[in-house]
Amino acid sequence: MPHDTVSQAAARSALPQPRAAALGNAGQCAPEPAAALAVSGLRKSFSEKLVLDGIDLSVAAGTVFALLGPNGAGKTTAVHILSTLIPGDGGRAWVAGHDVAAEPDAVRAVIGVTGQFSAVDGLLTGRENLILMADLHRLGKAEGRRRADALLGRFDLAEAGGQRVMTYSGGMKRRLDLAMTLIGAPQVIFLDEPTTGLDPRSRRELWRIIRELVADGVTIFLTTQYLEEADQLADQVAVLDQGRIVAHGSPAELKRRVPGGHISLRFADPEALDRAADCLDVSARDDETFTIQVPSDGAVRALRSVLDRLDAAGVEAEELSVHMPDLDDVFLALTGRGTEETHENDSAEGTTAS
Amino acid sequence: MSSLTYAVTDSATMLRRTLRHILRYPAMLAASLGVPVILLLFFVGLLGRTLGAGLTASHVGSVGHGSYIDYVAPAIVLLTVASGCMATSVAVCVDTTEGIINRFRTMSISRSSLLTGHVIASVIQTLVSVALVIGVAVAMGWRPSGGALAWLAAVGLIVLLSFALTWLAVAIGLISKTPESSSNTPMLIQFLPFLGSSFVPAASMPAGVRWFAEYQPFTALNQTLRGLLNGGPIGNDALISIAWCLGILVVGYWWARTVFQRGRVR
Repeated sequence: MPHDTVSQAAARSALPQPRAAALGNAGQCAPEPAAALAVSGLRKSFSEKLVLDGIDLSVAAGTVFALLGPNGAGKTTAVHILSTLIPGDGGRAWVAGHDVAAEPDAVRAVIGVTGQFSAVDGLLTGRENLILMADLHRLGKAEGRRRADALLGRFDLAEAGGQRVMTYSGGMKRRLDLAMTLIGAPQVIFLDEPTTGLDPRSRRELWRIIRELVADGVTIFLTTQYLEEADQLADQVAVLDQGRIVAHGSPAELKRRVPGGHISLRFADPEALDRAADCLDVSARDDETFTIQVPSDGAVRALRSVLDRLDAAGVEAEELSVHMPDLDDVFLALTGRGTEETHENDSAEGTTAS
Repeated sequence: MSSLTYAVTDSATMLRRTLRHILRYPAMLAASLGVPVILLLFFVGLLGRTLGAGLTASHVGSVGHGSYIDYVAPAIVLLTVASGCMATSVAVCVDTTEGIINRFRTMSISRSSLLTGHVIASVIQTLVSVALVIGVAVAMGWRPSGGALAWLAAVGLIVLLSFALTWLAVAIGLISKTPESSSNTPMLIQFLPFLGSSFVPAASMPAGVRWFAEYQPFTALNQTLRGLLNGGPIGNDALISIAWCLGILVVGYWWARTVFQRGRVR
C-alpha cells in the first residue's frame, strides 16, 4: 500500500543517528503532523515512586512502535496515560492529534486497547462479547453482527463463537480480546504485553495478526519485555528503564550500537586452534572446546576475509557460526544490567534515588 | 445524537449485558431468592405459633385474624430487597477485577452507563424476587388487606429502598478487592432487618438492642409496609422511611460515583 511505504520511509528518515540515540529531555517537543502519537516530557509518579521521568516519543502513522523494558520500567503506566485511563503528572501527549488530557473522548474514539489482563466477559459467548462492543460503538444491529462474524472468522474463533468465554484457552481469550479492540476500527491500537503468557504457537499467530493490521494502515503502540518480539514486529523501538528512555531507534540500529557481534569458529584439535589464533584477531578463546571468537559486524566481506586468512594459513575450521547481538545485549550495554536485575516493586530504590 | 441519547443507549446496552449475566449465572438469583423463602418457612412454619402467641392485633396491624404470617410477611419482603444487593456488589467487583472495566473506560461511551446498567438490572431482579416471595407468603396464608393505592405506595417504597441499597452495594463492590470480600460487607445490610422489628416487636427486646432497633431504618420501613399492606397506623414512620431511603440513596450514589471516577487501574 503506497500510504504505508511513504509513512514508513518518513519514520526511517526521522531516525536518530546511532550516537544520538539516547534522546533524554532534549527530544522533540511538539507533535509532528504525521505522527499518530506524540509524547513530550511525560511524567508520572505513584505516591513516592517515580514511574515515568520525562518521556519523549513520536510514532509515525502506520508503523509499529515497541516500548521495551523489564517489569516495573513504567511501560504499562505509559499505556494507561496514553489510553486516557489515568492522567499524567506533567508533560503532554497527543494521540491522532488530540491531547489526551484535554480531549479524552476524542482520543477514545480513535483508539483500541488490549491490556495485559484479558478484558473479556467470561459469562458471555465470544460472539456476544463482540456484539456488546459493537453496540457500545453504536454500529447498529446488522452492521455489528456482520463485523462480529467477520472477526470471529478472521481470528479463527468461528467455531467457538457460540461458547462462553470462560471455557476458552489463554490464546483464544487473547485473540478475542484483540478482536473486541478491532471491532470499532481504531486508528491507533495499544497492545500492552500482548503475548505475555502465551505459548509459542499462539504468540506467532498473534504476531501474524499484528503484521496484518499494520498492512491495513493501523498504527500500533506495543509494550513488551520480549526482546525478540520488538525485533520481529517493530519499526521503532524505545528502551525504557526506570522511567527514562535510554535508547531509541530501529531494532537493527540498536543492535549495531552494541558490541558483541562475532564469528565463532571451532577446530578439530589444539594445534589447529593455535595456528588459527595466530593469523586472526581473536577476541575470545576456549581451549576446552577448541573454539575462538573473532569480532564481526556480520558483513559478508568480513566473513570472507576471515576464511581467506584461514586458507592462507592452511587451517580448516570444523564449524562456523555468525552471532549477532540480540536485544538482551542491547539492554545490558545500555543500562549496565541484565533485564532480570530490575524488579517490579523496587520502591526502596525509587525513594532513595529522589 | 446528544450525550443524553448516548447515555440512554449505552445504559441499555449495559443493562442487557447484566441481565444476561443474571440469567447465565442464576446461583446469585437463587441465593437472593432462597434466603427469604427459607426464612419465611422457618419463622412461619416452625416458630410461627410460638412467636405469634406473643403478638397482639396492634403489632400485626391487621384488624381481623392477626396471625404471625401477617406480621412477618412484610418484613420478609424488605429482607428480600436487602439481600438482593449482595449480588450487585459481587457483580460490580467481578467487573472491576476482571479488567473489562478498563476496556470500557478507554471507549468513547457514557461514563456512568456501566453502573446504571448494574443498578437497573439489580432493581429489576429484586422486584422479580419480591413478587415471588409475596406469592409464597400468600400461598402460606398471608392475606394482605391493603387496597390498590396502598399497594402502589408499597411498591414505590420497595423500589426506592432497592435503588438506595443497590447504589450502596455498587460502591461496596467498587472498593472491594476480591469478589469474596465484596459479598461479605453487604451481609451487614442483610443482617440489619434481624435487629429490628422484623420478626418480633422491638419493644420485646433487651434494652441495648431495643434502643438500636427502634432507631434503625428497617423498623420504620417494617411499620410502614405493615401499615400499607395489612392496614393499621403508620404515623411518622412513612416519612422516616422515605428520609432513610433518600439518605442512603444520596450517600450510596455519591460514594459510588466518587470511587468510580477516581478509577482503579491495575
